[in-house]
Amino acid sequence: MEKLRERAAAILADGTVSLVIGYEEGTKRPRPLFCHDGESARKLIFDSRCFHNLAVYLTKKELVGNGRFAVTATISTLRSIMQLYVENQLSEDKLLILTVDLSGTLREFVTFDEISAYVEQFELKRGEREQEILTRIEGMTREERWKFWQEEMSHCFKCYACRSACPLCYCTKCVVEVNRPQWINPWPAPVANMEWHINRAMHMVGRCTACGACGDACPVGIPIDLITRKMMEDMAPEFGYIPGLPVKKGNALSTWKLDDREQFIR
Amino acid sequence: METKYISKSGIEQWFKSIVDSGKRVYAPVNSRDQIEFKRVKNLSEVADEYVQTTQSIKASVYPKAEVLFSYEKEHGKVHLTDFNPDSIPETVLWKVHPCDAAGFKPLSAIFNWDSPDKLHNAHVQKTSVISFSCAMADESCFCTSVNGSPGNLAGSDIQLTMLPDGGAIAEIVTPKGEALVALSPTVFEADKGEDKTKYLVDLPARFSLEEVNAKLNKAFNSTVWKEQSERCIGCGACAFVCPTCACFDIQEDVHGSTGRRIRCWDACGFGLCTLHTSGHNPREHQSQRWRQRLLHKFSYMPARLNVVGCTGCGRCSRACPVDMNILEHITSIAAQ
Amino acid sequence: MSSEEIFEPKIVAFVCNWCTYAGADLTGTSRLKYATNVKIVRFPCTGRIDFLLLLKSFAQGADGIIVSGCHPNDCHYTSGNFHARRRWIAFRSILDMMGVDVRRVQYSWVSAAEGSKWADLVNNTVADIRALGPYTDYQKVADYLEKEVQDGEA
Repeated sequence: MEKLRERAAAILADGTVSLVIGYEEGTKRPRPLFCHDGESARKLIFDSRCFHNLAVYLTKKELVGNGRFAVTATISTLRSIMQLYVENQLSEDKLLILTVDLSGTLREFVTFDEISAYVEQFELKRGEREQEILTRIEGMTREERWKFWQEEMSHCFKCYACRSACPLCYCTKCVVEVNRPQWINPWPAPVANMEWHINRAMHMVGRCTACGACGDACPVGIPIDLITRKMMEDMAPEFGYIPGLPVKKGNALSTWKLDDREQFIR
Repeated sequence: METKYISKSGIEQWFKSIVDSGKRVYAPVNSRDQIEFKRVKNLSEVADEYVQTTQSIKASVYPKAEVLFSYEKEHGKVHLTDFNPDSIPETVLWKVHPCDAAGFKPLSAIFNWDSPDKLHNAHVQKTSVISFSCAMADESCFCTSVNGSPGNLAGSDIQLTMLPDGGAIAEIVTPKGEALVALSPTVFEADKGEDKTKYLVDLPARFSLEEVNAKLNKAFNSTVWKEQSERCIGCGACAFVCPTCACFDIQEDVHGSTGRRIRCWDACGFGLCTLHTSGHNPREHQSQRWRQRLLHKFSYMPARLNVVGCTGCGRCSRACPVDMNILEHITSIAAQ
Repeated sequence: MSSEEIFEPKIVAFVCNWCTYAGADLTGTSRLKYATNVKIVRFPCTGRIDFLLLLKSFAQGADGIIVSGCHPNDCHYTSGNFHARRRWIAFRSILDMMGVDVRRVQYSWVSAAEGSKWADLVNNTVADIRALGPYTDYQKVADYLEKEVQDGEA
């Protein structure tokens, strides 16, 4: 961690980057930190408690400016960064990535391939919480699943924290902000909430890397990250990708293969 | 204002009489790892030891989505059905914290600012508030810094302070409170002379409102806004859980020739909130929206409506995904 | 003795103009009788069918949905139905996970020459949905406004 701070301070001091986005101690757990100078770089921390997906800031022009910037990245953040590269939202000459590997060594990446080679070693697995709830859901009948999600949806009040926290929701005009036609209701209602979350899941097909930021951001504790996670797990074999490892071969829903197979079309 | 004593069994009896009277009772219940206000029928459903509910109680007087009016078009004629205040049922809010009860004042101030909002006022008229004073607090609470306290009576019709014997000191504040007492008057015994402050949590003030106000009035162009707001993702969670935030959006729910005009919650933190149809956005950057949030609560509302727009409940800080801690931000401004 | 009312399901069919719609037309000109429960919505291509349209049909009272287009490799716009197929695979999986009854959405490929296939498709779908009954689960909560049920009362 000390090496991380030193390196961050150094690249800020010598002008390699104008901003380092990392983590600092927060009230109850680490929170994002924006370092513009060596002084603030001394507050940087990086350990297993660091949870936030900092990739959400990388597409905000007003934050990162036009120059080069760096980010201290957890594995989740690295996966999102890879997907952002695949979608041409980041450029390799603008972003420098710092991370600390399992043995405590400071690593630096610039190109997509460098990140990919590193991330490959980490298999995307369900954590305890995800496993517990998903196993419960997978064991339910359809009616029970409907009741479960309707109960959860009744708490959703359409704050759109899930959308704001997701690094891949970078559309400057989101579908909910279009009112001709009003496709998604802005106000909370049971079916309207479901439509929103199904829409979000559909827009994440082939893109979600299960970082859990959406579920963590939800102020009323709905496990919405499980909708996209389960979708990602199910679609990976269908569309031929490894969960959590984005590759540059085209978006899942804007490409197709002749041998796409399904059982439900008569 | 009268002070009485009510025993444990008295509370149970009184609660039952309120439910039996046909009024709808909302109370905090344990729900999916959180505490939420839900409609209850039995005292046993009410949650016990906790610091704060996740959402505030403002939805009882300012619903998340409400129909302003509905209409039907037929052969060129429009039949309009206006909001009917009589459709609001009598509601009792049980075990509200003083910081939430205090939130009704800024809410009503906003909704009666330039013209009386008949929907909001109808809700307020039909709602009675039974608050419980606080014996617990956490690091996000700061009611004592904003003219509040764990035993504040503002906004409450009756306040109960729980005693070790399971009974409570009952302070009957308003005529609505008296009407509730009248549902079961025998359980309210003479005051036993207990000192309420013994049972309140000790929460020192963290900043002075006057100091903050003075600093804020000079801080419009300060760089502090950008520094504080950099990690804000503009999600709106803070505004939605806040007991005093009242930004709303008006939407149309149209189905062919019938429709409804609906008012729903909005947040100044959303970029879309101030976006003009021309495409110009006066609060283009998150830092401007963050500044608006703080100035609105601590500077504009006191100046225009004579009420602070924050009750120190701390929900915004707890709900924020990136730890935008309003207490921390305000104390750092006060310290500048 | 009162006769039992037979439930007549409301079916909405989202079809592509060049294959299925023409096929349905052929059913008519061939004088093949089929169930009248279906309301057909014509699209230029299945690739244009937005997944939310299906949900909105349920919300507005449909008990079942048919989605049909050109066979793979026969799309009038070359690849619209391939995109649609991908979309349906993802959508169906998400719907199933959320507890929406995916048996009520029938996907098929019906070409312009398959008039009798269209008749069979509609008849079979109507029979299936009739057996499943009205989609009250969805319709109960389909008013786009919270009701008492949210107050912990239902």
